[in-house]
Amino acid sequence: MADKVLMKGNEAIAEAAIMAGCNFYFGYPITPQTEVAAYMAKRMPKIGGTFLQAESEVAAINMCIGVASTGKRVMTSSSSPGVSLKAEGISYMAGCDLPALIVNVQRGGPGLGGIQPSQSDYFQAVKGGGHGDYHLFVVAPASVQEMVSLTAHAFNVAEKYRVPAMLLADGTLGQMMEPVVLDNITVEEHDKSWALTGTKMEREHNVINSLSMLPEELEQWNIDRFKRYEAMEEQEPMWEEYEMEDAEVCVVAFGISSRVSKNAIMAARAKGLKVGMIRPITLWPFPKKVLRAAADKVKAFVTVEMNMGQMFEDVELATRCLKPVLKCNRTGGCIPTPEHVLSVIEDAFNVGGEQ
Amino acid sequence: MKNYKRLVLFAGHYGSGKTNIAVNVAIDMKRSGYDVAIADLDIVNPYYRTKDSEDELEAAGVPLISSEYANSNVDVPALPQDMYSLVDNKERYFVIDIGGDDRGALALGRYTPFILEENNYEMLLVINQYRPLTRDLQSTLEVMREMEAAGGIPFTGIVNNSNLGRDTTPEDVIASDAYAREIAAATGLCLRMTTVKEDIAEEVARVIPNVMPLHLQNKRLWNN
Repeated sequence: MADKVLMKGNEAIAEAAIMAGCNFYFGYPITPQTEVAAYMAKRMPKIGGTFLQAESEVAAINMCIGVASTGKRVMTSSSSPGVSLKAEGISYMAGCDLPALIVNVQRGGPGLGGIQPSQSDYFQAVKGGGHGDYHLFVVAPASVQEMVSLTAHAFNVAEKYRVPAMLLADGTLGQMMEPVVLDNITVEEHDKSWALTGTKMEREHNVINSLSMLPEELEQWNIDRFKRYEAMEEQEPMWEEYEMEDAEVCVVAFGISSRVSKNAIMAARAKGLKVGMIRPITLWPFPKKVLRAAADKVKAFVTVEMNMGQMFEDVELATRCLKPVLKCNRTGGCIPTPEHVLSVIEDAFNVGGEQ
Repeated sequence: MKNYKRLVLFAGHYGSGKTNIAVNVAIDMKRSGYDVAIADLDIVNPYYRTKDSEDELEAAGVPLISSEYANSNVDVPALPQDMYSLVDNKERYFVIDIGGDDRGALALGRYTPFILEENNYEMLLVINQYRPLTRDLQSTLEVMREMEAAGGIPFTGIVNNSNLGRDTTPEDVIASDAYAREIAAATGLCLRMTTVKEDIAEEVARVIPNVMPLHLQNKRLWNN
């Protein structure tokens, strides 16, 4: 048998999760991520794991809280409207300091929106979604192969810092098929002494809880949690630099938009335009330092996103508005074309030249 | 692949390549002089559908019967009224693209009694050894039986479409021939053809019989 297999992105997430030691999956079908659940339904019984189609997204995320409390790896997946339904549970998970993986294969919004691909849940993923002061570890794959590696990585980071992680994909990545190799998975061992595994009368009870009776205590929990977030911001940002050595304009794009952008950059380079790209792989923590450094070198930035300009705001913040940031957007289920991206890159050279 | 029955049905596991094959076979039939239409019975796949090939089919003169919601933002598993023409209009040949797995084959059931009664069909199982859930005989037979149970029509032949997408090498296809023959032997079904993307088809055809070159539908906006 060949080492490579041909997989849909949704299947790749499911298989990678299983290989990363996730034996529990709770979900509810929604286009365009249903293949995650369908794949889990077929595979989990064969490996002695648990697949359960919950009665709703709310039930699924709460089942995840239960399993995560025992220190076992657990995953749920949905698409945009379904992730909104999970938001309360995600906040509880963050408040309980529980590691778990939530997958969002985004579709058009707001509301019921549509079933075609989108990246418009960026704010929801990196700036909350649920209530309270918290962050998720958010990864944004750009290929089916990366859906494999980042699924496994997200589980590891979630356990290392005791935070919920989110894999933010989109319908195109979920549905498209690419050849993948399924052997680049490392399962890290992290401390689980907090888990609810039964005391065997040998230790004090562990408590998993997000409710505090005392304001000062709750404040301290938040301060302690933010120390871990600070460590994550220091150690966990991931990004890819493409053709940045001599770049005068820097494209910033994540996920599927970065694939389209690469084609536009190749076309721009063929025209003699010095363009590069910084592709955030982690959306939280956001790769701020590399963008801030780029701001000293380039004339302008171009953000390419399938939303009205959400990551755009983080690029302006990270670069301290030192250089103009131009938007290239499509929404509603539409994908930007390389021609569209190229035209905004050309605008960026004009705008940047005026500075 | 020649000597077609009036109804040529393609079913298989998710992502086995049914839609691409159906489009290629329909266009090939048309060029061979058949009065043929293509029917998209897929009610499970939201993207990458027969409708993506609308322009190519129209240029070849192959009518497409498809859900009016295909490729839209609407998630309704509806089939159009004129889908009945595939059992009503016996003057015309039809290539039928059935949705993946047993869930996809379920939509076929509405037409099954008419198809069995007329008994002028071939039901082809599309297989791809490089898909993770159909990598060997046992798992492929499992998917096949689920589809037969859901659709109610027994398979009559096999199409080996083993591939790794754009990365497929002639060796990948040639190596899958043993798998295809094993399934044919175990089921008693004939290996109807091996479908191969057109740029490597000639090389594969030197080693394997009954190779059909496939023109791939590719609407992607990137090539990196």
